[in-house]
Amino acid sequence: MGRVGYFFLYFCLGIVALFQIFPIVWLFLFSLKSNREIFAGSPFALPQEIRWENYLVVWEGGIGTYFWNSVWITGLSIAITLLFASMAVFVITRMKWKLSKLVLGLFMIGLMIPIHSALIPLFNMFLSVNLINNPISIVITYTAYNLPITMMILLGFYYTLPKEIEEAAIIDGASLHRLFFRIILPISAPILATTAIINMIYNWNEFVFINTFISSDQYKTLTVGIQNFVGQYMTDWGAIGATLVISVLPILVAFLFFSNKIVEGISSSAVKG
Amino acid sequence: MHKVMSNKWFITLYLLPALLLVGILIFIPLLLTGYYGLMRWDGIGAMQFIGLENYLNVLTDGKFWQSAGNSALLAVFSTLSLVVYLAVSMILASKIKGADLLRKIYLIPMLLSSVAIAQLWIKVYNPSNGMLNEILGWFGVQNPPLWLADPNIVLYSIFIPILWQYAGFYILIYYAALKGIPESMVEAAKIDGATPFQIATRIKLPLIMGVVKVTIVLAVVGSLKYFDLIYVMTGGGPNGASEVMASYMYKLAFGNYNFGYGSAVGFMLLIITLVVTVIIRKLTADKEEIQY
Repeated sequence: MGRVGYFFLYFCLGIVALFQIFPIVWLFLFSLKSNREIFAGSPFALPQEIRWENYLVVWEGGIGTYFWNSVWITGLSIAITLLFASMAVFVITRMKWKLSKLVLGLFMIGLMIPIHSALIPLFNMFLSVNLINNPISIVITYTAYNLPITMMILLGFYYTLPKEIEEAAIIDGASLHRLFFRIILPISAPILATTAIINMIYNWNEFVFINTFISSDQYKTLTVGIQNFVGQYMTDWGAIGATLVISVLPILVAFLFFSNKIVEGISSSAVKG
Repeated sequence: MHKVMSNKWFITLYLLPALLLVGILIFIPLLLTGYYGLMRWDGIGAMQFIGLENYLNVLTDGKFWQSAGNSALLAVFSTLSLVVYLAVSMILASKIKGADLLRKIYLIPMLLSSVAIAQLWIKVYNPSNGMLNEILGWFGVQNPPLWLADPNIVLYSIFIPILWQYAGFYILIYYAALKGIPESMVEAAKIDGATPFQIATRIKLPLIMGVVKVTIVLAVVGSLKYFDLIYVMTGGGPNGASEVMASYMYKLAFGNYNFGYGSAVGFMLLIITLVVTVIIRKLTADKEEIQY
């Protein structure tokens, strides 16, 4: 292919990159501008003076509560999901029992179902055990709904583990618990990191469950919280921009450091589906 | 050895937490949805059994079919857009410098929450200060449409951010599949005088067909489940023009407190999703899997 041909290909790829990245750049720009500048000036101009005040305004407006709720709910759900998924995948792939294939199939069906079809009964269940407007309902729901995808990513790793590992451990007199917690879990750390980061993206961005099960501000996370803020700052674009940036920043920072893990996790969570 | 590895207590103990959570919070609710669909119920008071009335009403409910039609349209758009993603991936995988960085840049929108994406694109489409109309203004477009308020175009306006959100995801998958094709096969075709277009469509595409089929299922099923972005951007409006099955169900239950009828719609959503999945799998099933 000639020089012109390659130039054309790079041009196409560049256009796509611009389309993907530009709305986000525009968001960062207007989060640092005053309303006057946003409405009068070019939307693509750099801010004349960088207005960090926009961020201060929304932080003092109480976005911090939503932020910390997102952090701990995401973190706790990830920890429980990874533990339960690892335990289940361990017995499904490494232990000998008749129904293992059937049980695995059951978990994998969980990958396909539309969550909205389960929403009303879930709401009713939590209502009847007084877990509506209680973050426990959110943590266990996130855990349950992320278990199938987490298990699917872990499966590949567990299948490739050599049998000798267990044989050596058992012959040395290790108990099964010891085998799992001291040997299997530590060597699965890299794949656990991948699943953790996939879980983080799902939980951090989840909207329907939190919007349905939580009503008081003290337990809301960012996805629902930013809805309140946008309503509140209706015409103040700078504040809305700052709100959105705060809500997406942790994931973008994680991407900066762990982009390879994220790429690996996203591809392995899809292709086998 | 064998005895240790089939310890029933251990298996039960380790399996139970995951099995209970998935059973109680996923499978039982799914069955209950079908059951609640048989009830007249406002979510607070007692349920009243009314047989198949809700389900029969769904079948003749114009609003349900409008939302199902919109979901189907989104599924068609999403499937067609796979061609674009595939083309971009083909370019990306053809010895492009910086391909790794580019595919990561493409992926960034996928990491954001649908709520943040919806809020951002509401601003992009803003009639007076939005980015889109500003850009169109450079090209001399005087009276751009009301992107989110015009019932004739709102669904297209909503599809653009969907395209934006998932482009990186599909490109990533295709790119990985294309990189898995042995170099020798492409070289052999080149020696035989195949053009780049022929190599793309006759050699590479058939080799990654398995992956393409998976992405078709993902695109269609994903579209049928679509909710967050539409709920935040338009709430299904104007006048139901962007309503999808999930948002209709949500509105019925948590907006109108019509939990019985909402459950019937939710159960239809489940059935439609499962049936469509099976149909696509059957249609795209291989007679013989290509090996390489």
